[in-house]
Amino acid sequence: MRTVYAISGGVSKFSKARPDKTFQAIVKEAYDYAIQDIFLDFPTFTRLVDGSVASYFSDHFSRQLMAGIMVQDYLGLIPKPGHRVEGGGATGGICLQEAWKAIASGHMDICLAYGFETMSHVETWKGNEFIALASDVSFDYPVGGFYSGYYAMMVTRHMKEFGTTVEQMAAVSVKNHLNAYHNPYAQKRNRYTIEDVRNATMVAWPLTRLDICVMSDGAAVVILASENGIKRLEQAGATITRPLVAVTGIGRGTDAMRMSDRPHVDYGFFMENYATEQEKSSEETRAYYKRLWDHGTRYPGVHSFRAGRTAGNMAYKMAGIFDPLHELDFIELHDAYTSSEIQTYEDLGLCRYGEGGLFAISGKAFMPGIDYGLELQETPICPVNPSGGLIACGHPVGATGLMQGVFAIWQIQGTIAKHFGDKTLQLNNAKLGAIHSHAGTGTYVTVSILERAN
Amino acid sequence: MAKLPNQREETIGGYIVHGVPFPLSTDSEALDFLKKMAPLQIEQEYKITYLHSYAQDSPWFAALTNKRLLATQDPESGYSYATPRGHDMFSGMETQWIDITNKPAFIHAFTVCHFGSEEFLPETPFVLALIEFEGVNTLLLTRLMGIDPSQASLNWIGMHVQPRFLRNSKLKPTDVYFVPKETS
Repeated sequence: MRTVYAISGGVSKFSKARPDKTFQAIVKEAYDYAIQDIFLDFPTFTRLVDGSVASYFSDHFSRQLMAGIMVQDYLGLIPKPGHRVEGGGATGGICLQEAWKAIASGHMDICLAYGFETMSHVETWKGNEFIALASDVSFDYPVGGFYSGYYAMMVTRHMKEFGTTVEQMAAVSVKNHLNAYHNPYAQKRNRYTIEDVRNATMVAWPLTRLDICVMSDGAAVVILASENGIKRLEQAGATITRPLVAVTGIGRGTDAMRMSDRPHVDYGFFMENYATEQEKSSEETRAYYKRLWDHGTRYPGVHSFRAGRTAGNMAYKMAGIFDPLHELDFIELHDAYTSSEIQTYEDLGLCRYGEGGLFAISGKAFMPGIDYGLELQETPICPVNPSGGLIACGHPVGATGLMQGVFAIWQIQGTIAKHFGDKTLQLNNAKLGAIHSHAGTGTYVTVSILERAN
Repeated sequence: MAKLPNQREETIGGYIVHGVPFPLSTDSEALDFLKKMAPLQIEQEYKITYLHSYAQDSPWFAALTNKRLLATQDPESGYSYATPRGHDMFSGMETQWIDITNKPAFIHAFTVCHFGSEEFLPETPFVLALIEFEGVNTLLLTRLMGIDPSQASLNWIGMHVQPRFLRNSKLKPTDVYFVPKETS
């Protein structure tokens, strides 16, 4: 397979509602930004790009089938090849990976991954209903379909199983909202306290309104290219930021649509099939897990995302990562809920299963140089959601995974200050990052590794 | 003192406007001004009735109307599904029906929904729970009644519960719900 570079990206401002533009025009905002950032004009880039992949989750939100081709059309990309991908909340992550495959396979040299969602066209409660239709309509949706309720059930089990607390979850909210304070693309840029989060309106016990991301209108694009594609662009006058950013690992996992169907495997099966290489190699960790299982823990149950662990392990193996906490400089992960950020710390091997709550308040996942108003015991090691994540940036579903890609590109290029107008969120010498995209209750999860190229 | 809402809930509905502001003439200055025009937004209704088939899962719903709770099971391994599946996910074999109405049942996980999808908003607050059954490998999503939603507690997890059935079936999974087990 050929090396794939993520050379540029663009994000529209995520907001509650964008009635000023159609979804095609919102994508074009992000598209124009991405091509201007490599100093090409619209006709030149559009002539050179080989094709595209479109990302959007729900036809219901826009009441428009085949919206992807309408964007392809609006961007002037017809008659070039293109297709739409859909995988719930992971649609953006899947889109980036499908564009990656087009380049890696040699099918294309330059591929545009674009994503969008316009969720403001219906009221919030109708939007919740649309999203809940991404659960089994025979057995799950009619019982009281509500995604916040599904994730709340998962976390009550996590709390019972591992002792995770609501204050630990609230710390994630404090972190991500305050990170976003420095990100002009974010929808919610606020300083909160643990008390603010807990005193916010209860949505699905124990998750409050500030534990949950909001619905948004927005778009994002990432341009991927091979070495040959970069050469073609530069011969046409492009200036592509150095260092280059390569996508050196992709992983994807799946799990049962119905949470109730997920297995509860024994210790041996877990260690053999799901433990990270780092976990397998540690006698102390093997003993730790044996103790958990002796106390009744089973995997994944409803407290863990097996798809996330599968995707992480696959991507780490491809990118040669053994110790993600210490090797990755940052992670942009799918924090639709503060609880799912904690669950994902564990899936991605930043800590062991059962230790996500303590990890959340350790300080290891916080940004350096920001005063969160919390007493953190440890210094940052691998900041998680330096951009503010979904909780603060917003979650226009089809755009979200690509937004993570854009922020990761800028982080590794070292161009955060240029794009944000604020250098606070620029990590010093960030070389290796991961982006993690997650669909409904952990059904599809993607992990992609972005790395500074030599 | 109860916490009072500080804003009214927004709804989409609005007035029909007769006559939309627009330049009286379409000279170039007026046409340029149209770029500063606020967007027009209209309502589009979308309503549809689906003829949904429960297909191979139909017996599960039929059983509820007869106050029985069924599950399915792989005929060889015995792996069983509290939420029925027509085929086993490990062997690929067609499953067989088993009756779990009287199996000991416990709360595995739960939440209290204070908000919800539009369809269920009038029912809030309601308790959603995943139920585990002794000797059954997977869980069942259900509504929990007979406990106070305002007193949510992790201690509910592990609570012994039992099924109850609607007298007048709606042919929905809510024809069965669970309540704390009555002690004899």
